[in-house]
Amino acid sequence: MLSRTADHLYWMSRYTERAENLARMLQVDTHWALLPREVGELDRSWEATLSMVGQLDAYRARYGEISADQVIRFLAFDEDNPASIVSNLNMARENARAVRGTLTFDQWEIINSTWLELKLRSFDHLHGDALTGFFEWVKLRSHLSRGATIGTMMRDEGFDFKRIGTFLERADNTARILDVQFRMLAPDGVTSSNEADYYRYRALLESVSAYEIYRKVYRDRVTPERIAELLILRADMPRSLHRCAEGLAQHLQAVANDQSTETLRQIGELHSSLHYTRIDLILDDGLHAFLRDFLARINGLGRRIAQDFLVSVTI
Amino acid sequence: MKPFSGSPLWRNMPMMHSSTATAATRKAAYNEMQDGRGQTRQHYRELRDWLGEMPNERLAQKRDDADTLFRRMGITFAVYGENAGAERLIPFDIVPRIITAVEWRRLSRGLTQRVKALNAFLSDIYHEQEILKAGRIPAEHVLCNVQYRPEMQDIEVPGDVYAHIAGVDVVRADEGEFFVLEDNLRVPSGVSYMLEDRNVMMRLFPELFARYAVEPIEHYPDILLDNLRSVAPAEVLEPTVVLLTPGAYNSAYFEHAFLAQQMGIELVEGKDLMVRDGFVFMLTTRGPQPVHVIYRRIDDDFLDPLAFRQDSALGVPGLLAAYRAGHVTIANAIGTGVADDKSIYPYVPEMIRFYLDEEPIINNVPTRILRNPNDLAYTLDRLSELVVKEVHGAGGYGMLIGPKASKEQLERFRGQIKANPDRYIAQPTLALSTCPTFVDEGIAPRHVDLRPFVLSGSDVHIVPGGLTRVALRKGSLVVNSSQGGGTKDTWVLETR
Repeated sequence: MLSRTADHLYWMSRYTERAENLARMLQVDTHWALLPREVGELDRSWEATLSMVGQLDAYRARYGEISADQVIRFLAFDEDNPASIVSNLNMARENARAVRGTLTFDQWEIINSTWLELKLRSFDHLHGDALTGFFEWVKLRSHLSRGATIGTMMRDEGFDFKRIGTFLERADNTARILDVQFRMLAPDGVTSSNEADYYRYRALLESVSAYEIYRKVYRDRVTPERIAELLILRADMPRSLHRCAEGLAQHLQAVANDQSTETLRQIGELHSSLHYTRIDLILDDGLHAFLRDFLARINGLGRRIAQDFLVSVTI
Repeated sequence: MKPFSGSPLWRNMPMMHSSTATAATRKAAYNEMQDGRGQTRQHYRELRDWLGEMPNERLAQKRDDADTLFRRMGITFAVYGENAGAERLIPFDIVPRIITAVEWRRLSRGLTQRVKALNAFLSDIYHEQEILKAGRIPAEHVLCNVQYRPEMQDIEVPGDVYAHIAGVDVVRADEGEFFVLEDNLRVPSGVSYMLEDRNVMMRLFPELFARYAVEPIEHYPDILLDNLRSVAPAEVLEPTVVLLTPGAYNSAYFEHAFLAQQMGIELVEGKDLMVRDGFVFMLTTRGPQPVHVIYRRIDDDFLDPLAFRQDSALGVPGLLAAYRAGHVTIANAIGTGVADDKSIYPYVPEMIRFYLDEEPIINNVPTRILRNPNDLAYTLDRLSELVVKEVHGAGGYGMLIGPKASKEQLERFRGQIKANPDRYIAQPTLALSTCPTFVDEGIAPRHVDLRPFVLSGSDVHIVPGGLTRVALRKGSLVVNSSQGGGTKDTWVLETR
C-alpha cells in the first residue's frame, strides 16, 4: 500500500476518534457544570479540560478569563482552533477525500454526510439539551464511521492502519482524561481508602462509556482505585489502555516491515507491562507518573509509526 | 496556473463556434432519429415505440433516479473556485443515442486508421522527420510548435506507440457523415462518464436492453490495463502500472480514482514516486516498489520539475531521465501535443496518405490554411460566414465567429489575418447532428457530438461507442457541460 494512502487512512481514524473523545469530555463538563459546587471549582474544571487537549495557553491568549460558553465555543465549534471538534471532523473528511478510491462506499458516505451536516448546522446560542444533542451526534457519527470500517472494509493493510490510528488516538485520549480527572478529584493521589465524589466519578466513567461495564464487573460501589483498574488494566474494557495497547500490537504486527522491528518491540513491551502489572503497584508509584510515562511512550510510538510506514522513505 | 489541460469535458469546445450560425445560413442538421420525410429510421423504431409507452412523468422520475445514482456513486466533478462541497453532476440524458453496426464499422476503421497515422507521425517527428523532408507539412509548424518536445528526439518508446489513449472528437454533419473535429492525444478525459452512463442505463431500463442488442463497453478498464502492460519496458515480465493524478483537487479526480479502482492499480501523486539510479519507485508501507508504466493524467509541463516547469509540485524529479533511459513507460508519451495541435490538424489526412498510403476514411472538417493565398482570398471574401481560429490559441481565445461578430470585430480580424495569415485557419460553421433528448418540453431533438476512446498498444482497440455529449438547450451547439451540456449513453448495435 502507498505510504500516503496509509497515512491518510491513519489520520482519518485519528481525527474521528479525537473528535469523539473531545465531545465525550465536553459532555461530562457541561453536565458537571449544572451540579452545585464551590466557587472556583468550575473554573478549575474547565481549565483542566483545556490543558488536557493542550489548548489552555491558546485559550488564555485569546480570551483571558475562563467562561463556560467561551470554552465550549472554542473547543467544539471554533474553525480557527485546529483542535476543535469541528476542525477535527473537517480534517477527517479531508483525509478521506484524498483516498476516496480506497474507501468503501459506506465509509465515504458517512464521513461525507457528517461533514455536509456540519456545514448546515448553526452553532449560535447552543445550550442545554441542544448542546448535549450535538455531543451525542458527534459520538454517533464516530460510531457509524468505525462501524462502516469494521463492517465493510477489506481486511488488508488499509484496515490495519485505520485501526492503528483509532487505538493510538484512543490510548492517548483515555490516558489524558484519567490524568486530568484524577488529579482534580484526588489531588493527593489515589489510595484504596479514598472517599469518592460519587457524581464526579460516575461522570468520568460515563465519559468513556464505562459506567455499565463497571457495574457489571465489580457489582459494588464506585471507588477511584477500581476505576483506575478498569480503565487502565482491563483488556475487556474497550477504551482501556490495555485494550488499546493490545489492538496496536496486533495491527502493527500485521503490517510489520523491514524497519519496524524496534517499533514492534516497544509496543510489545508496553502491552506486556500492562498485562503483567497490578493496580496497587501502579498506585504505589503514583498514578500521575504512570500516566505521564504512558503518554510519552504512546507519543513515541506515533513518531515511530510515521517514520516506519507513513512518510516518504529516503534511501 | 492550470495543472492539467488535456480535454476536460467542461472546456470550451471548438465546436462552440457554430452556436451562432442561424438556420438560414446553413443546412438543416442531420437528425439521427428521423429522415427528411419525418419517418423514424429503422434502428430508432423500437426506441420510439418504447418512448411512446412512457409518460413524461415516468421519464422525469427515471431522470431523478439517475441523478440519485450518480450522486451516490460520487460521479461528480469539482468546480474550481467554488466551495469544496460544491461537487457538481454533469446532467445525464436518459434517452440513448443509437449507432448502427454499419456506421460503427466505418467509424471504427476510420479512427483506427487516423490514430495509427498520428502515432506514425509522432514517431517520425521524433526521429527522421521524413514527412518534413518530403515537404508534406511545413517544418516550422512542427519544430517551432511549443508542443514539440526536443527532449523526445531519438528516444525509443516501447512498441513505437506515443498516443496510447486518444479521445477523438467526431461530429456528424451534412447527410450524417462523420467528421473529426479534434484529436485529443494528451490526457483525454471523459471515459468514466461513458462507463457510468451505461451502468446507470442498465440499472434504470433493463427492459430496453432486451429490445436492442447493444455492444458491451464495460470491459474498457481491462483493455486499458492490458494495453498499458503491453507497452512496459521490454525486460519487465510482470509490469507494475500506476495512474498518476494531480490530486484530489483536480476537476477530473473522480475519473482518476474510478479508473485506478477499476483497473486495480495504485492511484499515485507525484510525491508518491521517486527516481533512484534511473528507475522509478513508489513509496509504500513496505518500502519502495518498482513502477514500470505510468498512466499519467498530468500535463507534460508538470511531469518533472528538473526537466520542465521548476515550480511544479505535481511531478517527479528525475522522471524524464528514467524515461529516456527506457526504464519506465509514460502513457501518453511526452510531446504528443504536437500531433493534436490546431496548426497540425489540417495535415492529418496528409499523414494518412504519407504513412499508410491510404485515403482517409473519416474526413476532417474542411479547413482552410490561410498561409495558402487561395484559401486566404476565399476566407477574406466570406469572413462573416466562417470561423477563424488562431492556430496556437487555446480555449477559444484568438477565435473569430463570423456569423456572430460585429462589423468592427470582422474588420479588426481582417486586419490581423492580412498581417499574419500564417497564424490562422478557417472552417465553415457546422450543423451538428441531433438526437432525441428528454427536456422540459418532452422528447425533442438536441445537438450532439461523440468522443470515442482509441487505445493503442501492441494493437489498436476501440470499445464500441464513446462519450456522447449533448447540448440540452434548444438550438444550442454547445455540448460543454459548464454551459448546459449533458451526456448520453451511446449504443452501438450488434450485427444480428
